[in-house]
Amino acid sequence: MAGEKEKKVSKEEVKEERKPKAPAAEEAAKKKAAAPKDEAPQEPQVDVDTLPLVKRVKEVKGEFIEDVKYFRGEITFVVEKEVIVDLCHFLKDDSETRFDFLTEVIGTHYPEREKPFEVVYHLYSTSKKHRVRIKVQLAEDEEVESVFPVWRSATWYEREVYDMLGIRFANHPDLKRILLPDDWEGHPLRKDYPLQGPPGYREAWIKAHCASTNKL
Amino acid sequence: MMEKGLMDKGSVEGQVTEDLMRDTLKTREMWLNMGPQHPSTHGVLRLILALEGERIVDTEIVIGYLHRGMEKLAEAKTYPQFLPYTDRLDYISSHAMNFGYVLAVEKLMGIEVPERAQYIRVMMAELTRISSHLIWLATHALDIGAMTVFLYCFREREMILDLFEMACGARLTTSYFRIGGVAHDLPDGFIEQAREFCKIFPKKAQDYDDLILKNRIWLSRTVNVAKISGEEGLNLGLTGPNIRGSGVYWDIRKDEPYSNYDKLDWEIAVEHGCDVYARYLVRLKEMRESCKIVSQCLDILEKLDGPVMAKVPKVIKPPEGEVYASVEAPKGELGFYIVSDGSPKPYRLKIRAPSFANLISVPTMVRGHMVADVIAVIGSIDVVLGEVDR
Repeated sequence: MAGEKEKKVSKEEVKEERKPKAPAAEEAAKKKAAAPKDEAPQEPQVDVDTLPLVKRVKEVKGEFIEDVKYFRGEITFVVEKEVIVDLCHFLKDDSETRFDFLTEVIGTHYPEREKPFEVVYHLYSTSKKHRVRIKVQLAEDEEVESVFPVWRSATWYEREVYDMLGIRFANHPDLKRILLPDDWEGHPLRKDYPLQGPPGYREAWIKAHCASTNKL
Repeated sequence: MMEKGLMDKGSVEGQVTEDLMRDTLKTREMWLNMGPQHPSTHGVLRLILALEGERIVDTEIVIGYLHRGMEKLAEAKTYPQFLPYTDRLDYISSHAMNFGYVLAVEKLMGIEVPERAQYIRVMMAELTRISSHLIWLATHALDIGAMTVFLYCFREREMILDLFEMACGARLTTSYFRIGGVAHDLPDGFIEQAREFCKIFPKKAQDYDDLILKNRIWLSRTVNVAKISGEEGLNLGLTGPNIRGSGVYWDIRKDEPYSNYDKLDWEIAVEHGCDVYARYLVRLKEMRESCKIVSQCLDILEKLDGPVMAKVPKVIKPPEGEVYASVEAPKGELGFYIVSDGSPKPYRLKIRAPSFANLISVPTMVRGHMVADVIAVIGSIDVVLGEVDR
């Protein structure tokens, strides 16, 4: 029974998304569409420039900041790759920001974009208790400077990004694979990574190993 | 308090002899491979130690033996489907792992979780913390040579696992949390049994203290071993009890209170010793504080009725955007960074695993120490390889 119900609900939802025909369904769809918007009204209301952190950074290093985003209470700075180390030094040393902790470094792949790679830095301040996210966008073969001189923990985080996405970090003390074996080919977190092995590999494997069953 | 000699590493005579040895006897570094299958590495962790005599000059850590590609798997799973995978991160504290994940998804979707579910979650997370710290104390003490502690700790951990089994049928990979609440309400008799545990646990914790708190062997193996200052620890990515052992007042439960932690009365456990012993003291205090939190939650849960699940759509489709949510897991800061493209599957999911980050500082900590101290250090930072390799 429960399964049927679920199916019904998901079907209804699909219908509503496509084209609600009956007026009642239309109203329901409107309500549904309105509900999530009601839940998150705070997003457009906040003027990003009034936030003390954004104010301070824009005041001193305004030329570094390309864009500021604000979503679910989190501030994101988008910057050019050339300024990342300078900006991090500033954020760490400035008395109003004091980001003394690098939480993590993340790589993301957006194959459809002009600059397909994104390196994301999450910072935290143990004294000011605030967080910020910094983003750098990179083209296919571009490198970004390592933030190792600012936080030594960056060594491992950047090695992981390199391992998983193949993004290279300039002046990194020891840039090599960390989770995968040294002779691994490819970078698995790229969106175009062949998940079932190289083309033809799976078929060959089945032929070699499952010939007797003749089922696959 | 301590025997001289064993810990006497920086003495002038020692340095002179060392210099003489190097000049006249032409000694050279020896490379010693420790792990990946070594009982004290708590899983499959490999350390390559460069030794001068028995003193460590350099360490390389090799990880990845347990890599399962969780972040890639997440991209092919819907949001609720990925929840059981988080159990397998830090497999001895799965509630805490679930907690981090569901908080991130809820933040992304803007879901309000009902009060009762919040308290159940906090209680479960704190019970998990106790059980995780019990395992840590048991194995850490066993590595250093204290067998009895191991048996004591596992006895109490069994009580907690029984509670988990009561609530959700599983002892380790619980998957009890859901996006928007918890799977179902607590069963009858749970609160009484949990109360029983809270009543006897402080006495048991006293037993652990009696065994090793002032034990001479324990002190000589832990005091002044692997010192790391708070500033250096932060620079190297240390979080959780490890950084609090270096005198840094940083606990996410207090500083950025999530769920209901701000409504409960408890203290951050901080020690200023910066060594293995300080980290031990921090964890012991944390267990007692967690026990306090659990009994407060039980008091509230007894009176508080209500749903344990928020109204969540059947198909979870978060809006486009990205969030980072973190919790204070037993090992440190556990964070989930989720990028959503509006589809029912995460576009990118990154797990900030505390054990992974805590390992970064091991080479710094063990430099200049003896090989035997490596075991104390690895034990003291409390690594779980399921989380390191993901």
